[in-house]
Amino acid sequence: MYPSKFDYVRAQSVEEAVERTSSHSNAKILAGGHSLIPALKLRLAQPDLLVDLGRIAALKGISRHNGTVSVGALTTHAACAASDDLPKVWSEAAGLIGDPQVRNRGTVGGNIAHADPASDLPTVLIALGAQIHVQGTAGPRAIPADEFFVDLFTTSLEEGEIITRVEVPVESNQGSAYTKVFNPASRYAILGVAAQVAIAGGVCRQLRVAAGGSTPKAIRAHHVEAALQGQPINDTTIQHAAAAIADDLGEEVIGDMYASAAYRRSIAAQIAARALSAAAARAR
Amino acid sequence: MSQTLVGTSVKRKEDPRFIQGRGKYVANLQLPEMAYIAVKRSPYAHARIEAIDTRAAEAMAGVLAVFTGQELIDSGVGKLPCGWVVPGCKVPTRWPVVPIGDKVRHVGDSVAVVVATSPYIAEDAVEAIEVSYTPLAAVTDAKRAMQPGQPVLHDDIPNNLSYTWALGDRPTIEQALSASAHVIKLDLTNQRLIPNAMEPRAAVAQWNAATEEMTLWTTSQNPHPIRLLLSAFTLGIPEHKLRVISPDVGGGFGSKIFHYPEEIITPWVARKINRPVKWVASRSESFITDSHGRDHVTHAELGLDAEGHITALLVETWADHGAYLSTFAPLIPTAFYHCLLSGLYKIPLIYGITYATLTNTVPVDAYRGAGRPEAAYVVERLIDLAARELDLDPIAFRRHNFIQPEEFPYQTPVAMLYDSGDYNRLFDKAQELSSYSELVAAREAARAEGRLVGIGVSGCIEASGPAPSKIAGALGSAVGFWESSIVRVHPSGKVSVLTGSHTHGQGHETAFAQIVADQLGVPMEDIEVIHGDTAAIPFGMGTYGSRSMAVGGSAIVKSAEKVRKKMLKIAAHQLEAAEEDLAYDFNGGGVYVKGSPSQKKSFFDLSLGAYTAHNLPDGLEPGLEEQAFYDPANFTFPNSAHICQVEIDRATGEVSVQKYYAVDDVGNVINPMLVDGQIVGGIAQGIGQALWEYGAYDESGQLLSGTFMDYAMPRADVMPVIHTARTVTPSPHNPLGVKGAGEMGTIAATVAVAHAVMDALAPLGIRHLDMPFTAEKVWSAIQEAA
Ligand SMILES: Cc1cc2nc3c(=O)[nH]c(=O)nc-3n(C[C@H](O)[C@H](O)[C@H](O)COP(=O)(O)OP(=O)(O)OC[C@H]3O[C@@H](n4cnc5c(N)ncnc54)[C@H](O)[C@@H]3O)c2cc1C
Repeated sequence: MYPSKFDYVRAQSVEEAVERTSSHSNAKILAGGHSLIPALKLRLAQPDLLVDLGRIAALKGISRHNGTVSVGALTTHAACAASDDLPKVWSEAAGLIGDPQVRNRGTVGGNIAHADPASDLPTVLIALGAQIHVQGTAGPRAIPADEFFVDLFTTSLEEGEIITRVEVPVESNQGSAYTKVFNPASRYAILGVAAQVAIAGGVCRQLRVAAGGSTPKAIRAHHVEAALQGQPINDTTIQHAAAAIADDLGEEVIGDMYASAAYRRSIAAQIAARALSAAAARAR
Repeated sequence: MSQTLVGTSVKRKEDPRFIQGRGKYVANLQLPEMAYIAVKRSPYAHARIEAIDTRAAEAMAGVLAVFTGQELIDSGVGKLPCGWVVPGCKVPTRWPVVPIGDKVRHVGDSVAVVVATSPYIAEDAVEAIEVSYTPLAAVTDAKRAMQPGQPVLHDDIPNNLSYTWALGDRPTIEQALSASAHVIKLDLTNQRLIPNAMEPRAAVAQWNAATEEMTLWTTSQNPHPIRLLLSAFTLGIPEHKLRVISPDVGGGFGSKIFHYPEEIITPWVARKINRPVKWVASRSESFITDSHGRDHVTHAELGLDAEGHITALLVETWADHGAYLSTFAPLIPTAFYHCLLSGLYKIPLIYGITYATLTNTVPVDAYRGAGRPEAAYVVERLIDLAARELDLDPIAFRRHNFIQPEEFPYQTPVAMLYDSGDYNRLFDKAQELSSYSELVAAREAARAEGRLVGIGVSGCIEASGPAPSKIAGALGSAVGFWESSIVRVHPSGKVSVLTGSHTHGQGHETAFAQIVADQLGVPMEDIEVIHGDTAAIPFGMGTYGSRSMAVGGSAIVKSAEKVRKKMLKIAAHQLEAAEEDLAYDFNGGGVYVKGSPSQKKSFFDLSLGAYTAHNLPDGLEPGLEEQAFYDPANFTFPNSAHICQVEIDRATGEVSVQKYYAVDDVGNVINPMLVDGQIVGGIAQGIGQALWEYGAYDESGQLLSGTFMDYAMPRADVMPVIHTARTVTPSPHNPLGVKGAGEMGTIAATVAVAHAVMDALAPLGIRHLDMPFTAEKVWSAIQEAA
């Protein structure tokens, strides 16, 4: 459990971090280290240089400005779990990540850059319609969450690009929730469903649903959304809409020793229904 | 006697150093010129080593040497011995490092050793070693391993069967079963567990070329037996030239009892290169090298007469021993298993047989409970099913078959002589603590709503503090089961207590000091407990099998009694009084004249006087230090009644343990807080086995659960509040009246949770599932039942 040899620098600014990583052939960004350090110790990752973002204060914190919340890439899951500014689905999911140590070290940027299919945040960010702000040698750009996650451990980040912050719209009439089935060993998600809903006159006016943990990357649950959009919200309509998640999960469902693909597919509707019910209850 | 520190929750003396990070573990040791060992391990479960190319590794800067197995053998290193050889047992050959031409037999088997100037370089060099293997087919299933046509691990052990062990007369029992009104039959598995002590194993060795003395620091639960095995069997350095130290050790659960290859390799290398060397297991190595636990496949039958009394029990078990016999492996599924099959019950006839098979997996040996959890699980599963099939309340049915208080000492048909117990009182207390009838009513209400709520009951017995040595020897043991102690009163009246027991988390430094404080009437602060260093303590057997208090504590009492006796002699001489007219002052130490407490020799005066020797009775030796070796007459038999409530999420199959009540009878209690700690920690482990933990291998012999990302340990946030209480029936045969407390939590909780899950599923017609009750397994059973 000793990593192979690497150099280490502590970047003082985002610009410096971008410059260091892009000018080096085999560099890696280090944030909370909760995914990267284990990979180093198991020698699954063998970078020559680690560029530590840890001291860049500008990357930390949660701030709210008219209609959006911005979360710095270095913000920890613990800070997100404790935040009243974030939509409930995010703080709720953050509070279900790993254990206290993981939440105190793991960061938003590291989580989504790593793109572990069992992570919770990709699901949440897709459901929230987040914009992921990144900076590279070509300057800053924003990537919609729907497009950010490409595949298992693969994102649309370009070489040398660094995530600086994540922005999500917040509207006071929305209710949101996250429901998770844990892998009992790792505490990652076997299945997680995030839902955000707005209700007017008992009818679902706006809805975004995403699912993760069971597919190579988190997915938008379009079929579920379509089934509930414009419908009155009650147990029957929720159950009916949730059942459509099978179509959203598709063929590529993951299985492991704790949860086979068949099991995940079978329980998905119930988990989705719980997320929808909880989100709807909060929207009222 | 007075000064009653015994029985109170004195805070742990050892905690300030642990909490402040000042513990001294093997991995913390830093010696000048220290070099570091890393071990190249087999990625295959079964393969022949054709060649090993170490040139690239040897050429790396900082690499001091690379060794392969034959070099150790050629220099006289011996095979790893088995410390418990039952009749007819075939002991497979196990070298510390598998030589070229021989076979690796499990993933993790050692094939080469690197020593380098830093652990980083050592690891780099391990990657640079090239081993060519011819992979062979593997077998990983306890029962299948015996069948014809399966891969054979050791050429001299046909059918992978190391031994067969049986107790009782099969035809008699089969006859009794066929004459019984009801027979409950059950096939079950007790899954493989991986111990995962918090501190990984480690070894540091220092060779003194001038005196030819070796010092080995190792994470052992029993340094003296390790020294004996090293000197007599493996390393060959004579005992008087070999010092073994087990300093602070971070948990063992049995896995640190055994003699491991790295304990041989490390000192061997230290002598070879004449430099201190260190080896520390990574967590990944721990998973594939620490001996595992459990792994039984069992068929069992329980007979009942028309009145619901048990008539007979038959148990047939295939016990997976892994690739080699770990040090005490043959003890576990034999004497520690079949001899416990009587449980809390009067069972007139018992037959048990174990087939000990070898597979391409990590060796299996004692793990917290060691045989007794497996026995309790078999007996209790049958009892629970019997109650269900006869439609009786599980507690009422148990009471119907209990051994009664007046029947102790109770001779079971499986060799054990139970010392004492009152199982009715135990269950009275458990029913009261849990408000049992309200629990049952609440379950009925929940069921009416369609919820899957279950109540689980377990009634377990344990045999702790293995004894006596004579019987152990007859059963195949290479060691005795006594314990040693020295109580050394220094001239200034301060006290050192030397014990052969070993603490690796239990709190002996506190509990043993409590005993001596009461025995001698001196303050706790004046007492230091010393353990774990073969150069400091007398030969001792160490800690396992919940033996420390019953055996080690008793040895300490014996030494303290001798100290008091000597003090009385000195005081009688100095006070010019007859010994019968004197009394020991337990509330401050020293000796006074009965009825005239002011006429007294203080503890300090007597201690100093013993060493100045200015005024001692004629013929009395100076000094004040006494030693005792205590060989217990019998095991002690702690027993328990645990009750818990679970609820199953119908949609996902997830089980949550909602309520937990534990009543344990561990005899007299020295420190209630420490006993609660043992019980509660054990319950967490038991819940872990019932719900999550599983050392799973695939058919090719790869460990599927080889990291904490895959091996599910119990977590704090899913533990219920655990309510504990006790009943006390002192053990009549040791001076403290104590019974073991270390393993009962684990034994009882596994059963209680299993029963609660089965109770929750019973309305669906589900009779039995094997552990662990993972969400998918439970969910699938619910779907199939629907
Ligand atoms: C035991 C355990 C349990 C866990 N359980 C969960 C769980 O239940 N749910 C869950 O969602 N997660 C879980 N995690 C993951 C955790 O949430 C961390 O967030 C995640 O590991 C990565 O964050 P980090 O800050 O530690 O990133 P690091 O480990 O430092 O980095 C991870 C990767 O992201 C890259 N990176 C980091 N920051 C940036 C950036 N700003 N821009 C570009 N690239 C970047 C790194 O180069 C590296 O490739 C768990 C982790 C552990 C160890």
